[in-house]
Amino acid sequence: MRAWVFGDNIDTDSMAPGQYMRHGIETIAQHCLEANDPSFPAAVRPGDVVVAGVNFGAGSSREQAPAALKHLGVAAVVARSFAGLFYRNALNLGLPVVVCGQSDRIRAGDNLAIDFEQGCIANRTTGETFACEPIPSHLMAMVRDGGLLPHLEKRLRHA
Amino acid sequence: MAQTLAQKIVARAAGRTSVTPGEIVTCRVDLAMMHDSGGPRRVKPMLERLGAKVWDPSKVVVVTDHYVPAADEESRGIVRTARDWARETGIRAFHDEEGICHVLLPERGHLRPGMFAVGGDSHSPTGGAFAVYMFGIGATEMLGVLVSGEIWLKAPHTIAIEFGGRLREGVSAKDMMLFLIGQLGMDGGQYQAVEYCGEAVRALPMQERMTLCNMTAELGGQTGLIASDRVTADYLGIADADRWDSDPGATVLAHHRFDADTLAPQVAAPHSPANTKDVSAFSGIPLDLAYIGACTGAKLEDLRMAARMLRGRKARTRLLVAPASKRDEEAARREGTLGVLIEAGAELLPNACGMCAGYGPSRLPEDCVAISTTARNFKGRMGAASAQVYLASPYTVAASAIAGRVADPRDHLS
Repeated sequence: MRAWVFGDNIDTDSMAPGQYMRHGIETIAQHCLEANDPSFPAAVRPGDVVVAGVNFGAGSSREQAPAALKHLGVAAVVARSFAGLFYRNALNLGLPVVVCGQSDRIRAGDNLAIDFEQGCIANRTTGETFACEPIPSHLMAMVRDGGLLPHLEKRLRHA
Repeated sequence: MAQTLAQKIVARAAGRTSVTPGEIVTCRVDLAMMHDSGGPRRVKPMLERLGAKVWDPSKVVVVTDHYVPAADEESRGIVRTARDWARETGIRAFHDEEGICHVLLPERGHLRPGMFAVGGDSHSPTGGAFAVYMFGIGATEMLGVLVSGEIWLKAPHTIAIEFGGRLREGVSAKDMMLFLIGQLGMDGGQYQAVEYCGEAVRALPMQERMTLCNMTAELGGQTGLIASDRVTADYLGIADADRWDSDPGATVLAHHRFDADTLAPQVAAPHSPANTKDVSAFSGIPLDLAYIGACTGAKLEDLRMAARMLRGRKARTRLLVAPASKRDEEAARREGTLGVLIEAGAELLPNACGMCAGYGPSRLPEDCVAISTTARNFKGRMGAASAQVYLASPYTVAASAIAGRVADPRDHLS
């Protein structure tokens, strides 16, 4: 998992810019985080990880923000802290979000391995390991199903 | 045990006598509000996928405000979906192009103190001004509410924000919030309940209280609350508002005290609402455009503040005014407030989110320097990434429009 590193207070409007909000997620995702790093939407690869500072996802309730990251194949977001509304939205859409107090030790391009349920990030580039807040297993089950909606569908089918 | 206002409402909605901050509880939802962007367009297909129905259409309010007026085929489709879905679902509280959702909720009598409510928009804490525990959620969580009538949350801690004294002339609720966000940061609210109290808060009219609670979103709180009182009851047109407030001695996470008497007009520089300083730090910056709009900046009270500055004067910048609701615009017209703004050169825009959301065709051009009564000046939100947006109160925005540069509104009052 290759790291893309961003700063503090990365807002939802930069992940899902207002001028594209009337379109589908394919269009929105092409402009995801371009205000912060113009190369990001075209160069990010499935399995890459977004790493940031405090209050990632500040701003709007728009789910297209985490949905755009997921659409681009981003495997997780690691941040020192998240805006509460974004945090709930991301998990509900099946995008793992990881709170890590040492996210500032990660550099762009570092190769990471994350154990979400154990709460551990291994930086394979530097050999460091960081503790992070574990995601409870029942929430990870929802994330693995692809989010709350497919998770509910699965449960209704088996009911 | 003494409980905060937030604990009391959450406990009531959870069917409990009390809650402990941090415990996870499931609450019955008294009201769910959605707008055209995050609402029917998103929840309708999900409901269909699940084959599920809305738990109680009488508790749902739908508003069109983000894609209003619809400027292209996609936008028209989004608004049409909201209309059709509201009708098919039997939602009677459907407000079509009548104003911004957060302003319409209390204006149309949907809120009562002590309610527990969710909204499909981050500025939903606006309802907290009426002692309603209201917060923003995404469309998928809204789906959960629509099928179950419930939502889980961590019972909140309360952060008390006390403003003692009285605001000086030319200083307003927007200045209080920009100051707070500058002091505590965009994550200062820690996704907990923020309760605004103190003499200066009690003295605010209802729509100014709404501005405080509204920008709890930029402060990073889950909700922002003000205890109900006579002012609340009068605005809602009810004989007596049940007294919803915090018990004396209830435990809070933090209690911040500020002095309203010494607060100067505040301005937040690009590109963050937390980049706040006294207006004097920015005075003289040349401006191309002044924008008076949004749920946080174009209610009747906001228009009145702007008119106090603009009476008998002309704006040197382009001045755009988008009154927050149809009724507020009509009231402003009747009392002469709107006439003052138009006389000063204001161009009137529809009663909708407009440039604040940045969803429509009217966006700030490249390199435009603007001053705005809106809530967010994130890079590129209101237009080109090269545009520079300063946030300020209606007083300061109007005074700056007159000067053609960032100006202190108090200079016009003396």
